[in-house]
Amino acid sequence: MEYFVQQLINGITLGSIYGLIAIGYTMVYGIVGMINFAHGDIFMVGSFVSLIAITALGLTASTGLGLTILALILVLIFAMLIASVYGWTVERIAYRPLRGSFRLAPLITAIGMSIVLQNFVQIAQGARVKPLQPIIQDGYTIMRRVDDQGEFLVQISNMQIFIIVLTTLLMVVFSLIIARTPLGRAQRACEQDRKMAALSGINVDRTISLTFVMGAALAAVAGLMFLLYYGVIDFFIGFVAGVKAFTAAVLGGIGSLPGAMLGGMVIGLIETFWSAYFSIEYKDVAAFAMLALVLIFLPQGLLGKPEVEKV
Amino acid sequence: MASAASPASARRPAKLAADLGVTALLSLAIFGTMVGLRTETIPGGLELQPQWTSALALAAVAVVGRLVLHLTVWSRPEGAPPLLPMGVRARVEQAATGTGKVFGPALLVFALLLPFLPFTDRYILDLSILVLTYVMLGWGLNIVVGLAGLLDLGYVAFYAVGAYSYALLAMHFGWSFWLCLPLAGILAAFWGIILGFPVLRLRGDYLAIVTLAFGEIIRIVLLNWYWFTGGPDGISGIPRPSFFGIPFDRGEGGFADTFGLDFSSMHRIIFLYFLILALALLTNFVTMRLRRLPIGRAWEALREDEIACRSLGLNTTSVKLTAFATGAMFGGFAGAFFATRQGFISPESFTFIESALILAIVVLGGMGSQIGVVIASVALIGGFEVFREAEDFRMLIFGVAMVLIMIWRPRGLIATREPSIFLREKKSVSGALVAQGEGH
Amino acid sequence: MAGDALLEVEHLTMRFGGLTAVDDLSFVARRGEITALIGPNGAGKTTVFNCLTGFYKPTVGRITMHHETGDTFLLERMPDFQIPREAKVARTFQNIRLFGGMTVLENLMVAQHNPLMRASGFTFGGVLGIGGYRAAEREAVELAEYWLDKAGLMARADDAAGDLPYGDQRRLEIARAMCTGPKLLCLDEPAAGLNPRESEELNRLLLFIRKERDVGILLIEHDMSVVMGISDHIVVLDYGAKIADGTPEQIRNDPKVIAAYLGVEDEEVEEVEHEIEETAAAAGGEGTA
Repeated sequence: MEYFVQQLINGITLGSIYGLIAIGYTMVYGIVGMINFAHGDIFMVGSFVSLIAITALGLTASTGLGLTILALILVLIFAMLIASVYGWTVERIAYRPLRGSFRLAPLITAIGMSIVLQNFVQIAQGARVKPLQPIIQDGYTIMRRVDDQGEFLVQISNMQIFIIVLTTLLMVVFSLIIARTPLGRAQRACEQDRKMAALSGINVDRTISLTFVMGAALAAVAGLMFLLYYGVIDFFIGFVAGVKAFTAAVLGGIGSLPGAMLGGMVIGLIETFWSAYFSIEYKDVAAFAMLALVLIFLPQGLLGKPEVEKV
Repeated sequence: MASAASPASARRPAKLAADLGVTALLSLAIFGTMVGLRTETIPGGLELQPQWTSALALAAVAVVGRLVLHLTVWSRPEGAPPLLPMGVRARVEQAATGTGKVFGPALLVFALLLPFLPFTDRYILDLSILVLTYVMLGWGLNIVVGLAGLLDLGYVAFYAVGAYSYALLAMHFGWSFWLCLPLAGILAAFWGIILGFPVLRLRGDYLAIVTLAFGEIIRIVLLNWYWFTGGPDGISGIPRPSFFGIPFDRGEGGFADTFGLDFSSMHRIIFLYFLILALALLTNFVTMRLRRLPIGRAWEALREDEIACRSLGLNTTSVKLTAFATGAMFGGFAGAFFATRQGFISPESFTFIESALILAIVVLGGMGSQIGVVIASVALIGGFEVFREAEDFRMLIFGVAMVLIMIWRPRGLIATREPSIFLREKKSVSGALVAQGEGH
Repeated sequence: MAGDALLEVEHLTMRFGGLTAVDDLSFVARRGEITALIGPNGAGKTTVFNCLTGFYKPTVGRITMHHETGDTFLLERMPDFQIPREAKVARTFQNIRLFGGMTVLENLMVAQHNPLMRASGFTFGGVLGIGGYRAAEREAVELAEYWLDKAGLMARADDAAGDLPYGDQRRLEIARAMCTGPKLLCLDEPAAGLNPRESEELNRLLLFIRKERDVGILLIEHDMSVVMGISDHIVVLDYGAKIADGTPEQIRNDPKVIAAYLGVEDEEVEEVEHEIEETAAAAGGEGTA
């Protein structure tokens, strides 16, 4: 039981990270109907920018609490900003010229962009893994069991609290943006019918660009979380995280924001529990197999709208 | 890029300056962080090594590049005579369609003579073998993606199944290459059907992501099923090919001895070259043949409109599965060849990037075009080799090239489709009319 | 032969969630006759077609095909692709579904997939070049030519289907459906978007199919000149339910139909005619100016 609770906490933390990346996939897919393959690498870029910023600020575990919070907020904003520039540029260079063209072309440029970003970072920052000393430490013991095998503690670390709270906060903010602001309305309109949206005076190009920017900013947050949580990053983290996050987006029902978050949670939990109870080697197989199963039995995903075949 | 800030207005100095200013700002943000501040691991943590010159230089290149584009490509008035690329474009088109009847056979004759040409050395042959392997893989995937319109991002899985089938069968049972080759193909086709079944109902992009997932699953299993596949260590000492039982050895009974030649390590390479050439040509022959058979037309019809197919009594399930299986089978053949050529295989050779590369070859070549696959393979694999010196920058250049070629020719190099049958006159179908298999 | 029941629809009901698109519909289509299914927009006509051809599974009801051999087929129990193959029901679509990137001839060859597949020894014989595939293909081309000729598309045989003008595409879709060798041909608004001359050609083709090939035709149509001109029997739907069933003469005089449908349609026709005259006059004026 205690072990289960501990894994649940770990799973939700991991799920938050996947969910934040998945939102970028789901928003872009919703609005332009393409898999932004480079999105996982934007997440990786966000992680690296965070690392650079943290190193530049000289942030360590011994920094006082107030200063740490302030510095992390700065790092977060900086990473979101720079990742947004990356996201915007990728869209502008590789996707916009192909809008309304052959459907596979943007998928290929997306794969190309993913290769470019990975190798660019590899060249610029080196191929070796970058370790970061823990910054947020300690935590709370929420359950405790003592038996003949010894003591087992269920802990939630400050880091996990930070990730879960920040994710929840961002979810609320972004849901409000989509639901309440003119930008959100424009996005939903473009999702429904891009031509009609353009005819009613919406700047479609700008809306799509902003969608990429929003997705990139959230991916950067996930990047920072990933960096702080695992403490090691390299130029290749974007691929696996990206594939899993896309899996999460599809699982949750593509185009649906809460779906992406839910999908992220499911993938995070499956991965954590599979690693905990079965074998850590096959955790990715479990996540991917889940994707296949859901798509076969529930093709529209968990929260997507079912599609009636138009004849 | 072409659609960026309307060209005419950008010619006005103020607008141009603003545009370049934005470019400068963005490239500084991009390069200033990632290039300008390099993190280095030092004892006890990380430190930053500023590299401002490189960052500034890159930003400057971006700004100047954009300026040049503004002054040349984007400031050309409508209806101006086409730039060089247009000429190249026309020539490529011509090579493919108009003179296609000459181009293909000429290429074939060249391929047959290549090992005996005076300038051919081991390096060129090795490279040609690599290119031909990708041509074969491209042709195999072309059946699934180009003809049937099913987007498969996990094609490398079948390549892996073929390679491991050959390696394991040859090592454990000591069976010959010619016995293992069809078995590897059959096993790959079998996996094609197994993996094809669950994804039959999925639409385009969903199909893509599930096939990607399957590709990864197979790789992870190969990586972790230690006692069977050797895990990350892979399988080494895979039997090398023999000339129908005669080994390419020095000394008694070897190939050179049997045929009264002086021993040369090139004999094996030349044999491998002709082996992959034969396999690739077989793939091409079968595909061309299938295109003219009802099954091939059914694949193309499926790509065009699945619902119409069903209304005409086509069992789309079996049409899709045969496409998957046929494509997988050729992938399996190529895998068996890869295993015997390398003598060593490990999961590292079957990563997603391989699938992406093969798909890029198919899409760049022009979906469904056989000759396009050849051109794209030569361009991509050959181009990749040209930048061998650039080591670290190779993949980067490769990625940039992929993006630029796609923007230049979104429908691939050969965008027209040749009909499979005609009554009076064979007319190529414009690529604009050919569907991409969206899955509806 | 002509006159006996070919297709029997009994108590057909189709619900989507809370919406009842087709409500307890029963009617019979006869061999060698043209049966028209008419009704205002949204009356559920296309839904009926989708149930007949297996794209939807009806909520309630039975759909029976009777072949002259005495074989019967329960369409609601068959997977969609078996309906054209076994029960010999072919259809066209409201928004034309051709294989646009394939040539006209190729479209007609795809329609003969099943017999050709058998002839090619399920591909194996065909690849190796054994068996009677060549002869079978020649026959298939001949059948295609026959229908190309009837549809007036002979000259366009080697052009991409997507390149054809609208009217030709409509007729090609019918020719393609006929190449499957159907006993019942279901046409979903074949005259939509056709000009009067094209409508006339279409009528001739349909009458030919009925007479020469002894094929029953089931037709959804808005164009009253087509419906009244060629139908032997009309079924009128409104809000998913049948409100009338009879000969064109009976339907024309049925007050319920007039109220629900024809009355409105006549007005519309007048309006449209008026508009066309105006635009034609305007265009003519521009041309001379």
